[in-house]
Amino acid sequence: MTKTANKMEKNRRDGSFYINPYLGGVLLGLVLFGTYYITGRGLGASGAVKSTVVTSVNVVAPEHAMKSGYYSKFLSDDSSPMNNWLVFEVLGVLAGAFLSGTIYGRLKFKVEHSPKITSRHRLIAALAGGMLFGIGSQLARGCTSGAALSGMAVLSASGIVTMLAIFGSAYLFGWIFKKLWI
Amino acid sequence: MTGPLIPMEMIPEAWNNVIAVLLGMAFGFTLEASGFSSSRKIMGTFFGYDFVVLRVFFTAGITAMSGIIYFDYMGWMDASMLYINPYYVTSAIVGGIVMGGGFALGGFCPGTSFCGVAIGKIDAILFTAGLFIGIFIFSEFYPVLSTMYNSENLGDLKIYEMLGMRKTVFAFLLVLAAVGMFYGAGFIEKKVKKVEY
Repeated sequence: MTKTANKMEKNRRDGSFYINPYLGGVLLGLVLFGTYYITGRGLGASGAVKSTVVTSVNVVAPEHAMKSGYYSKFLSDDSSPMNNWLVFEVLGVLAGAFLSGTIYGRLKFKVEHSPKITSRHRLIAALAGGMLFGIGSQLARGCTSGAALSGMAVLSASGIVTMLAIFGSAYLFGWIFKKLWI
Repeated sequence: MTGPLIPMEMIPEAWNNVIAVLLGMAFGFTLEASGFSSSRKIMGTFFGYDFVVLRVFFTAGITAMSGIIYFDYMGWMDASMLYINPYYVTSAIVGGIVMGGGFALGGFCPGTSFCGVAIGKIDAILFTAGLFIGIFIFSEFYPVLSTMYNSENLGDLKIYEMLGMRKTVFAFLLVLAAVGMFYGAGFIEKKVKKVEY
């Protein structure tokens, strides 16, 4: 191996290397296309969390879950809500991301935050952000993956409207919460 | 083989969950390798210092869209069998706005936070914990929210139908818009001060 190739090999593994975004986009697009071609549905993420919440509530308080207008939509007698396509898909996401993190040297426990805020602030904001995203994803029947990205692939009105709402609102709130980031 | 393969029964339904894990792995790998496990890289799109999200997201969207239109046109896939999220006008917009707020506070969306969790980002773990809490809150407050959640259902409406355009015309304009945004993004990145992260 030549010296430059050696250097490149090192850089690819020190955590700073990312694939070209257009290559990443084409690959992601092919995965999404393949998902539609094989299964007839798109990719998703928040649905797996929903399945887990429904399952947990159903274990802890089954009567409450059956009576609720929301949990009961996803409960049936013959199979657990965990036996869901998105639950398996998200297990794959975790494995795939772990693989990429391993190859490119990014496995590390850390809190990533702007130098202007403390780790504690970052963690509180992350928790609050997750809560809002969780609520919003249920209202819109999907998140950035299931509603927006998959929606764009099939040109659904709901997906593209939700996408515009997410990005528009994130630009607005981004400037309000600017201090958290830059 | 005419797709979609599983609904057409070209592949037995029993394989569906195995295929889900494999497609998920490819999804997670691509997201992580593109940099979506880092909240500060993701947020670059909203402050102009790194437009990776814009580039990956729109390239992926137009790639998948073009593939579906082409396969449908060639008769290799029946696009009318693909699942389309129903368009409930109010909840699609309000839900999106709420998610945008969560994006700006948390720096992740659900899929990207899973990537962060997979490589050990503690902030991503907290974001994911927040998702569970948020979904639990929504479910418990469903009686109050159900009117909004269920109002104005326009069914599986397509965006080009809504705009009264032909599918291919809209698709072409979307590709043009994406290329325009990629060009603009490169221009803005050069002007905005670099952020170290």
